[in-house]
Amino acid sequence: MTVQQLSVFVENKPGQLAEFCKLLRENQIDMRALSIAETKDFGILRVIVDDSYRAACVIKDAGYVFSMTKTIAIAVPDEPGSLYRILDILKDADINLEYTYAFITRKKDTAYMILRVADNEKAIEALTNNGVHLVSQEELSEM
Amino acid sequence: MEHYYQKEIECAPYEQIRAWQNERLIKTVNHVYKNVPYYRELMIKKGVTPDDIKSVDDLKKLPFLTKSDLRDAYPYGLMGVDRSEAVRIQSTSGTTGKRVVAFYTQHDIDLWEDCCARAIAAAGGTKDDVVHVSYGYGLFTGGAGLHGGSHKIGSLTLPMSSGNTDRQIQFMCDLGSTILCCTPSYAAYLGETITERGLKDRIKLKAGIFGAEAWSQEMRRDIEKTLGIKAYDIYGLTEISGPGVAYECSAQTGMHINEDHFIAEIIDPVTEEVLPYGEKGELVFTCITKEAFPLIRYRTRDICVLTREPCSCGRTHVKMSKPMGRSDDMLIVKGVNVFPSQIETVLINKGYPANYQIVVDRVNNSDTIEVRVEMTPEMFSDTLGQISSREQELIEAMKSMLGIFVKVKLVAPKSIARSEGKAVRIIDNRKLY
Repeated sequence: MTVQQLSVFVENKPGQLAEFCKLLRENQIDMRALSIAETKDFGILRVIVDDSYRAACVIKDAGYVFSMTKTIAIAVPDEPGSLYRILDILKDADINLEYTYAFITRKKDTAYMILRVADNEKAIEALTNNGVHLVSQEELSEM
Repeated sequence: MEHYYQKEIECAPYEQIRAWQNERLIKTVNHVYKNVPYYRELMIKKGVTPDDIKSVDDLKKLPFLTKSDLRDAYPYGLMGVDRSEAVRIQSTSGTTGKRVVAFYTQHDIDLWEDCCARAIAAAGGTKDDVVHVSYGYGLFTGGAGLHGGSHKIGSLTLPMSSGNTDRQIQFMCDLGSTILCCTPSYAAYLGETITERGLKDRIKLKAGIFGAEAWSQEMRRDIEKTLGIKAYDIYGLTEISGPGVAYECSAQTGMHINEDHFIAEIIDPVTEEVLPYGEKGELVFTCITKEAFPLIRYRTRDICVLTREPCSCGRTHVKMSKPMGRSDDMLIVKGVNVFPSQIETVLINKGYPANYQIVVDRVNNSDTIEVRVEMTPEMFSDTLGQISSREQELIEAMKSMLGIFVKVKLVAPKSIARSEGKAVRIIDNRKLY
């Protein structure tokens, strides 16, 4: 069970993120999570949206270079030590985390993490075996 | 006091120079016609035979050679002697990745070194000097040329080659280098570093011979001030021999072309018509003493002016101005010839779009070059690691093609202006000319 992340190339200069968000607004696309990896010259926007298929069409038409990335979304208790537990599971399974980012919603006491690993299947197996709650694309859309 | 290496030649009356040129041109044209089938074909096509060439006045009847001829005839097609007679190869970068290679007999090297010796003498060099050669050694002609010239003078020669600034400065201080030979940007960098370290009192430099890239009068004054020297310009190109084709004297008002070895012409780059002295145009050289690589009417693509006026140094050879630009799109970056077509070749080989832009600048007297490339879906990844390893691959490929570090800047798709007419491929912010 994975969720689609849109990874979008943007130049690192003023106004680029604003322009992207404007595009989403104009098309009534709602963001669930956003993270940015940046270099001196460019950045990679990583977004989870309510409707990734429609968002992909809109982004493509606007001329962006982007990719769809399958990531793992998990729900963890919003309390100290939660993330450590997840990372410990991944470490024991010898899984390298490429990157991760977190977000919270209106739902109390629960935080969400997006995990990007090279081998999704292996990670999903390790996480479910250890009782971690994986979040589906539908659940994310309905949040 | 003005120093000379071959005073009787350097200060020969014009009639004498002309007589040498007439005699040597005829000899060279016969040599080339007989031994270089490639050029013989060009002469036949133009309907000219060696008998038509009776003096320098007939030079204009001969066909031109360009960099593309060098590429077509690569590698041995323009060689004028049997391979067993040649003793050296030097090389410089060519238009589309094929390098330009030039050949030398021992006699050719001898004359080339004489030319460099004249340049060193004109900068005040004698056998009492320590000549510090920080031009690159190897395929590049800079190191070998000045090194040989310094030997001819009898100076103590320090073959430093380029790079390793700490060692350069240490040797300069410890061994008392008096004449520095390198690119002007490296001289400026050395000057700054020496000043920063408070070592100015410990260096004994009196002169510098700087070439292989364009530099302005302001830069000259800067270098002269920071290093406490007199800075002399030197000009040359591998195709013709290397540094020392022309060199500056104490007057610092242009470079004397060694006319006993090379005949210089200025042409209109479009009509190819020969222009009179004093007019700006493309510099064309005919080698008249070379054996292994005797190019005739080679178009340098450098735009400059020739003047023949009495010089305060006593030399009589014609003077060329600093090059004021190029009639092609070649860039000289850190002393290295860079053609946009080379960069294009690398991009296409690596799967990038051929829509790119080259930005050249000079930061702290040192050249920088950046290539802006549009990101493509194929090159894109959601992880920075992947993108940067592809970027690194591209940088490596550029380095192996050009020999210098090129910064790659990935930009958004379609952000580089598409050509409406002529594409703006090059942005040169250096303001050199």
